[in-house]
Amino acid sequence: MYRYDEFDAVFVRERVEQFRYQVARRLSGELNEDQFKPLRLMNGLYLQLHAYMLRIAVPYGTLSARQLRMLAHIARKYDKGYGHFTTRQNLQFNWPKLKDVPDILAELATVEMHAIQTSGNCIRNVTADHFAGAAADEIEDPRPTAEIVRQWSSLHPEFTFLPRKFKIAVSGSAHDRAALKFHDVAVQIVKNKAGETGYRVLVGGGMGRTPYLGYVVGDFVAKPDLLAFLESVLRVYNEQGRRDNLYKSRIKILAHTLGEAEMRRLVAREFSEIKAAGTLTVPDEELKRIAAYFAPPAFEKLDDVLPESADKDFADWAKTNLHRHRAPGYAIATISLKPIGGVPGDASHQQLDALADLMDEFGQAEIRVSHEQNLVLPHVRKKDLPAIFARLKKLGLATPNAGLVTDIIACPGLDYCDLANARSIPVAQAIAKRFSDLSRQHEIGELKIKISGCINACGHHHAGHIGILGVDKKGVEFYQLQLGGSAAEDASIGEIMGPGFGAHEIVDAVERVIETYLKLRVGGERFLDTYRRVGMEPFRNMTYREQLHAAH
Amino acid sequence: MAGPALQMLTANRLRDGDVVYWRAGGWVEAFGEADIFSAEAEAEAALAAAREFVAGNVVVNPYLFEVRAEADGVRPVKEREIVRAAGPTVRSDLGKQATGFSPPPARLRPAGFDAATSPQGGGGDDDVSI
Repeated sequence: MYRYDEFDAVFVRERVEQFRYQVARRLSGELNEDQFKPLRLMNGLYLQLHAYMLRIAVPYGTLSARQLRMLAHIARKYDKGYGHFTTRQNLQFNWPKLKDVPDILAELATVEMHAIQTSGNCIRNVTADHFAGAAADEIEDPRPTAEIVRQWSSLHPEFTFLPRKFKIAVSGSAHDRAALKFHDVAVQIVKNKAGETGYRVLVGGGMGRTPYLGYVVGDFVAKPDLLAFLESVLRVYNEQGRRDNLYKSRIKILAHTLGEAEMRRLVAREFSEIKAAGTLTVPDEELKRIAAYFAPPAFEKLDDVLPESADKDFADWAKTNLHRHRAPGYAIATISLKPIGGVPGDASHQQLDALADLMDEFGQAEIRVSHEQNLVLPHVRKKDLPAIFARLKKLGLATPNAGLVTDIIACPGLDYCDLANARSIPVAQAIAKRFSDLSRQHEIGELKIKISGCINACGHHHAGHIGILGVDKKGVEFYQLQLGGSAAEDASIGEIMGPGFGAHEIVDAVERVIETYLKLRVGGERFLDTYRRVGMEPFRNMTYREQLHAAH
Repeated sequence: MAGPALQMLTANRLRDGDVVYWRAGGWVEAFGEADIFSAEAEAEAALAAAREFVAGNVVVNPYLFEVRAEADGVRPVKEREIVRAAGPTVRSDLGKQATGFSPPPARLRPAGFDAATSPQGGGGDDDVSI
């Protein structure tokens, strides 16, 4: 785990006290709401439908048991007993009181946590592959890089008032689990022909009302040059990004207006200037110092076998919720936060506390938050898995559905969010219930459904194999279907199927899409493969034809 | 549709963010206890008075919203206001629906996701995530 140095600790403590003073001035009336709003947003505090919402950063999605316990404590003491893990690896509390927020932040600071860079037009909390440091296919743990980006971006005077928010993701694998091509900037650790490790940098991806896939702007950036290169990209954006139109102010708009060649030229010009000035080089020893904090545990020499379990459910769970670890005898275990009929991403304070206990008991120094709103134990001894599974089962955290049709991403939607046009969570719940039969889920195979309650796309619907967008049609909740999106290395933006479906129709429509896939698939095709082979037409025909039949 | 549009006035309380409603020159927490305006002038006057509470740092973001009369009481026209008045539809133990006092009319507690025509609105397409 990364540990704060003295600078970090002082910075976070000072920020808490600044905010305490700002809240006091707001409550006394010295600051009005217009003056206060940017200050609270800089500390992750939103005002939502029912109450304030505090978004807490989980840098690169990594948490210790101590931090989990603190989140459980805050949920109990200041909120309503639960937290919500988001698609940006953060945690949101839905009911904090403004007067309590300085105390919450002070408590968080005692476990090296904060809510900085979770809102506002700054470089946001950096996300990373949730299998970082554990995945068998990884070149290098992306988190030291993410932490360097974090240190560079926190309080960066040039980038505190960008045209819009700016999201960076880092991955160290060829297999993309961090949705790289949907980020403002993505940093992918790669090896060149000489066998050296460096960075491929992408720019201009994004979701929202105008989705774009990012493109490569730096083919191979040497490690010491990372910050100089990123600063070059940010400078181009800060100078040329649009500030006149909120809807065109993200870097994706600039990147795709300029085009790849011009963007590369502008970035290269800035880069040569920064290089000539000789600043912003990442010293190798600093990179090593930071990397040491992320060193994996000392792996034991273990037999690489999955133990038998008396519990017949164990095999089902192992089938989908375990992934290949770099060390023999170890596995990566996904803890699904998608119980059938539950709220995707929610965890109770009891569950958070119990997970912390489980981590201590089984020697797990850290747990990860995935952008798919699940948790991950990155380094589990295979021989411990049956016991861990039994514990998870008691906690209601053993749903065997990672990557399956019921493992649905959903934004909070109109149940919580001030921006939403329609509810998301009930749609996720209804779909999960419809497909609750596990053998049917296995028959369908890998299928990523992602649901957003408005065009801002927090539920990543553009990247769903099946994406669902909630819209407001003359005062009624309607849902548009998109097919063929992917956030993986084969990234693509889903195509809109056609007219939307009412709340009472959407689950049937999803089922017809899936039934169409099952009829059309060849060999071991995933849903996405079949869609890409046959295109939208058969899906559209089947889905709307059935609807017509049902209507007459 | 016959008759003038009915409106109510809501805001969030500054100190804790709680949803509040206008009643007789002040604020109450329960939708069911709030004033209902049938005249536009009356509604606008209440909104003007509510702005004093913004200046006084009691509430933020006061606004009027439409309701309609139904057999068991008034009901917001937009889903957004139904959710605000009751709480998350997916957690009946949270929000105002869980407080046990002055419960909103029965239809403010959606039982499932089967309602085909749940009226709704929200801020519309012009809202951008911040």
